[in-house]
Amino acid sequence: MATANPTMFQASDLNHHNERVQKRYRLLFGLMTLLLITPVLLILGTLVVKGGGAISWEFLLTAPTDGMRTGGLFPALLGTIWLVTVALLLSVPIGIFAAIYLSEYAGDNWFTRTINLAIINLAGVPSIVHALFGLGAFVLFFKFGTSILAASLTLAVMTMPVVIVATRESLQAVPQAFREACWNMGATRWQTIRRVVLPNSITGILTGVILEVSRTAGETAPIMFTGAVFFTPFLPQSVFDQTMALSLHLFVTATQVPGIADEVPFGVALVLIGLVLTMNSVSIAFRMWLRGKKKW
Amino acid sequence: MVDSAILSPTTGTTTPAVDAVPPKLEVRDLTIRYGDAVALRGVNLSIREHEIFGIIGPANAGKTSFLKAVNRMDVFTTGMRVAGEIRFNGRDTRRLNNVYALRSRIGVVFPLPVGLPMTVYENVALSPRLRGIKEKAELDVIVQRCLTRAALWDEVKDRLHALGSLLSGGQQQRLTIARALSQEPDLLMLDEFSIAVDPVTTMRIEDVLKELRKEVTIILVTNLVQQARRLADRTAFFLGGECVEIGVTEDLFTGEVKDQRTRDYVEGRFG
Repeated sequence: MATANPTMFQASDLNHHNERVQKRYRLLFGLMTLLLITPVLLILGTLVVKGGGAISWEFLLTAPTDGMRTGGLFPALLGTIWLVTVALLLSVPIGIFAAIYLSEYAGDNWFTRTINLAIINLAGVPSIVHALFGLGAFVLFFKFGTSILAASLTLAVMTMPVVIVATRESLQAVPQAFREACWNMGATRWQTIRRVVLPNSITGILTGVILEVSRTAGETAPIMFTGAVFFTPFLPQSVFDQTMALSLHLFVTATQVPGIADEVPFGVALVLIGLVLTMNSVSIAFRMWLRGKKKW
Repeated sequence: MVDSAILSPTTGTTTPAVDAVPPKLEVRDLTIRYGDAVALRGVNLSIREHEIFGIIGPANAGKTSFLKAVNRMDVFTTGMRVAGEIRFNGRDTRRLNNVYALRSRIGVVFPLPVGLPMTVYENVALSPRLRGIKEKAELDVIVQRCLTRAALWDEVKDRLHALGSLLSGGQQQRLTIARALSQEPDLLMLDEFSIAVDPVTTMRIEDVLKELRKEVTIILVTNLVQQARRLADRTAFFLGGECVEIGVTEDLFTGEVKDQRTRDYVEGRFG
């Protein structure tokens, strides 16, 4: 403890020391942020430089020909959109509803604590394990065969824990006092959820969903055994068809096709990232619009 | 619902002799525990229709627990157990099928203001909407009436569609009062409402409460003994989970008390 200051507004040694320490920490945090965005920029830069040349309308809108060496990736692009859409249609409602139950209705007891533990563990299961589960459960047991449905169900099972955790966290960020004020007026739990809790947690829930879009689009292992194929000349007509997918197509063009032009796999990767960024931008714009409307 | 029929207020347009009116709230042998700790022990009291009933007492006296038990908020507090009987409009509140009907008839104002994260208008229109009122014109009337009564209308009439949670603390407290009034309550419970409100506004709200007693019964929990003296017809003194004394407010302040502790507390000689 420094001695008392004789002049009121003159900084003591302790003040100077505190300020130096503060500056050092700011520098540290800033450098870490820089470190964080470096790989992002390098990856994007590499992809644009090496794969940019491959991008053309033909590349985007035609099927591969000559054993992947020429032509485009349209079936894979369309397949990924199918897979992501069906997977989210399954996992987002179920995940959000389950999270609402766990956060707003279920009490804090050993049963819900077990469920919460199970969800967190499920989120940590490697995707190849989900792939084997999907193969056993959806492809073989439920006899969906290798299909968009089986692959999307596998992806949904994989993403659901994260949706649940993100939703639960944002629901619990709504102050309890708001709920109690509402209950005191005679509102039921559902009325409280609909009018107070959900409007104020929806942006957080969307953040969780956005993260899952990227993950769903990029995963390769879970769809390899359950619905995505190396090559098919047909575009999927329904959820019971097999499909090509961008992530698997990237793996294939990068490792399985001899004599392919270098820019093709980079081009595929660039399209995959572009697709994810587009999907994310839409949901981020939606979130910003919502956030502009509601705030406490 | 059977409950809502029984909970509807008895029509008391005239003010008959006090003893002839059946009690609005009757409490028999009320004991409240949190786990093993006793918050309130063996309280008996009855509150008459159209009276302002003051409850004074230091912290941890069990005042807030009492209010929670009345509108059955105990179910939301883990470990809170209520024993005894609380009759509201003659009906045992522990044996209701539908607690929502009970709560919607009881307006509560907390010590710290809770402006819900929606506009000023929506804050006040929420309860009428929960009751099923949809028409804009009808809601407009209710919102203006409740905000006016809570002495807030003049300050917010130009920004009804600004967020209620961005009002100042004192304004939010009046918003909370307006919201409680929008329930058209049969019983209004105020828990130290003036903590976050400046003295001038406090006096304005007190005037409102004096007006309101023509229509509703009011339980006023307060730390300010003078506030109880200004407003309450009768006052109960809670201390350490015990209801020490209930009496006509003026008697408590003029020293006509049964218990020495009451005299010490109202005269500020407590320790």
